[in-house]
Amino acid sequence: MEFLTILQILDSTVRLATPLLLACLAGLYSERAGVFDIGLEGKMLVAAFFAAAIAYTSGSVWVGLLAGVAASMVLAVLHGIASITFRGNQLISGVAINFLAAGLAVVIAQTWFAQGGRTPQLPSDARFGNIVLPGAESTIRGIAQQGPLGQVYSELISGHSILVYLALAMVPLTWWVLYRTRFGLRLRAVGENPAAVDTAGISVVGLRFAAVMIAGVLCGIAGAYLSTALSAGFVKDMSAGRGFIALAALIFAKWRPWYALSACLLFGFFDAVGNRYQNIQLGEFVVPVQFMQALPYILVVIVLAGLVGKAIPPRAGGEPYVKER
Amino acid sequence: MTDAPAIELRGISKSFGPVLANRDISMSVARGTIHGIVGENGAGKSTLMSILYGFYKADAGEIFINGTATAIPDSQAAIRAGIGMVHQHFKLVENFTVVENVILGAENGAMLRPSIARARKLLAELSEEYGLKVDPDAVIEDLSVGHQQRVEILKQLYRHADILILDEPTGVLTPAEADQLFRILERLRAEGKTILLITHKLREIMEITDTVSVMRRGEMTNTVRTADTSPAELAEMMVGRKVLLQVDKTPATPGEVVLKVSDLRVRRGGVERLKGVSLEIRRGEILGIAGVAGNGQTELLEVLGGMITASGGAVSLFGSGLDITRSAANGQSRRAMGIGHVPEDRQTEGLIMGFEAWENVAFGYHHDPKYNVGPLMDHAAIKADCVDKMARYDVRPPNPRLPARSFSGGNQQKIVVAREMDRAPDLLLVGQPTRGVDIGAIEFIHRQIIALRDQGKAILLISVELDEIMGLSDRIAVMFDGRIMGERLPDQTDQHELGLLMAGVTEGAA
Repeated sequence: MEFLTILQILDSTVRLATPLLLACLAGLYSERAGVFDIGLEGKMLVAAFFAAAIAYTSGSVWVGLLAGVAASMVLAVLHGIASITFRGNQLISGVAINFLAAGLAVVIAQTWFAQGGRTPQLPSDARFGNIVLPGAESTIRGIAQQGPLGQVYSELISGHSILVYLALAMVPLTWWVLYRTRFGLRLRAVGENPAAVDTAGISVVGLRFAAVMIAGVLCGIAGAYLSTALSAGFVKDMSAGRGFIALAALIFAKWRPWYALSACLLFGFFDAVGNRYQNIQLGEFVVPVQFMQALPYILVVIVLAGLVGKAIPPRAGGEPYVKER
Repeated sequence: MTDAPAIELRGISKSFGPVLANRDISMSVARGTIHGIVGENGAGKSTLMSILYGFYKADAGEIFINGTATAIPDSQAAIRAGIGMVHQHFKLVENFTVVENVILGAENGAMLRPSIARARKLLAELSEEYGLKVDPDAVIEDLSVGHQQRVEILKQLYRHADILILDEPTGVLTPAEADQLFRILERLRAEGKTILLITHKLREIMEITDTVSVMRRGEMTNTVRTADTSPAELAEMMVGRKVLLQVDKTPATPGEVVLKVSDLRVRRGGVERLKGVSLEIRRGEILGIAGVAGNGQTELLEVLGGMITASGGAVSLFGSGLDITRSAANGQSRRAMGIGHVPEDRQTEGLIMGFEAWENVAFGYHHDPKYNVGPLMDHAAIKADCVDKMARYDVRPPNPRLPARSFSGGNQQKIVVAREMDRAPDLLLVGQPTRGVDIGAIEFIHRQIIALRDQGKAILLISVELDEIMGLSDRIAVMFDGRIMGERLPDQTDQHELGLLMAGVTEGAA
């Protein structure tokens, strides 16, 4: 295999891992605070739609991003009200959000654009463009003429949208917030033993809402990335289970930021390989395309079943906090 | 100002719906003293302390701290007023370190490192000052219960608490740990801290407190100086009638041998927990097994009750062998043979906490024809039986539809006792019958055990409470490290001798 081919696969790994990473970190904040969130998928989907729709109508991708984040946060607030304020079942609330999002995005898209539940193709100035870092080549021909180091720089490190760099920067930032700040200490505490936080005179509800809102913001960015950076417009079900794969990555990462990066890169890599090799010929036998498309999901299951080992979730996860007598 | 009481409550009332948990409570505690609050479960002690700590808001009444009227709307306000509370169930984050738990909610600044550095220094000073030795970097779940409690106390001292409330602090401690706790409390008192101790163990009240208040049914009935009262008097004030702290019983008249255990061995987790235990129990006698928890008593009870299998030895019931190795041996078949079993832990083994009382009453006996109509369970019959048992065993409230967890500890235990004793089994296995049970219920359960003995049944009693063993048993066997160290008659031994045997020390012959 050519060196450049490997680089191209890795490059696509980074692109495909970005939405996973953002959603995974969203889940990390929420679950570390003791609120399970299987609504990552729905929040991403709604954000993807609103980001594309508003970017298209306003012509500004940044306005689109804001709209996507806002839409995701609305669902996050819903999740918070259902599961924190009213102490409902967090899983049911998450499922409801996923259904709501899947239906709502398509219906609104049909009403606004009448193109069969999708948004129009976004023009390039209503998308996040790729940033070419100083000194990097941007054309395929230019890259091919470089030496190996130059190729790594130009192909793998340079040439991503700003959201990719943002997602990567979120990893050390999240680690720092979690382990080096007062907020992080309290966040981890409330996911382990909310009674300890409550008796220390800190609001359990406030902390959990903060975490759920942060998850909303990150899911919003993840969704906007899908429709305005990875592709050019919204199509039905475009999140394609990424919210659930992000949850799987979160378990694989044992709720830790750096591990989350590795897990998301691994799952992104499966995705990239599946995308690149659609037709593999093994002698007379041609591997069906469908199998290659399903492969990333199959590998996720295998990794989760075989490699995770003992993953201990935050102890108060999934439990609404009720003050005891 | 220094003459003002540290805490003064005036006319505190609080109700939950129709239930009046606290009624017009007034109390005053002098600075630098240890004040005990006793009462049965549900008497309103915990509610009162929760009001003082800002967990609940009183419906009426005033709180004065050091002579100043203080409103305590939330825990933050209580902390500001210098009140700290050590809850019965610790409020610690188990996978955090000691220092992280201590600073939680009392960090200075948004960054952690300076907070931790400062806390580590302060903790060292506090440990030194009060004799509270704990490694600041130890993770909570690796610490013993006694050490976790120290962390709770340190947490309060770190927040500059001058008034410490301890809710049933010794419930989870071993006797030695409880002693250490009392030394710490004395030290704190000497440093001028005021301590409120909530407990239902009268011995602790007598040992450590200066003054004591008694609560009954939401009211504070008496406040007395500890030196002027006695355990019997306190018990009477708590329950509202005379209570026999010493069980009344006639001498045993042992009959034929019911249970014979020879050279019983049990392995668990690769460790031999029972190393050849032999004993026998006759009709009409109570054999008490004394010992520090974890010396094989649990395994003895479980193997006899059919919950685990033995690796060697023999057990016979009325002379015929009992299957102790086959995995088919189980609690249900043991019960069918006439072996009742009140397990050590009622919450995990005795009851299903989420199930209703009537369902719990049938467990283990659910194949009994009187509970069944053909292949179906006869719910009406079970409920009727439950109502009947609740009346005879004084379970309160007598509502068969209430889930087990809604009953107080004493009433939960009475449900288990009713189920296991009411069929008058030939052999009754009883583990920790009164752990976490209040005085009135203890007396009741003890009387039931004696009554069963007087019917000519054999009883194996296992308890870590030496008082209970000495009060109930006709013979006492002491276990240490999976062996029986010796047998004594209760009127020919004392706590000191038993204590030595429990520690594995044998001096002279029996």
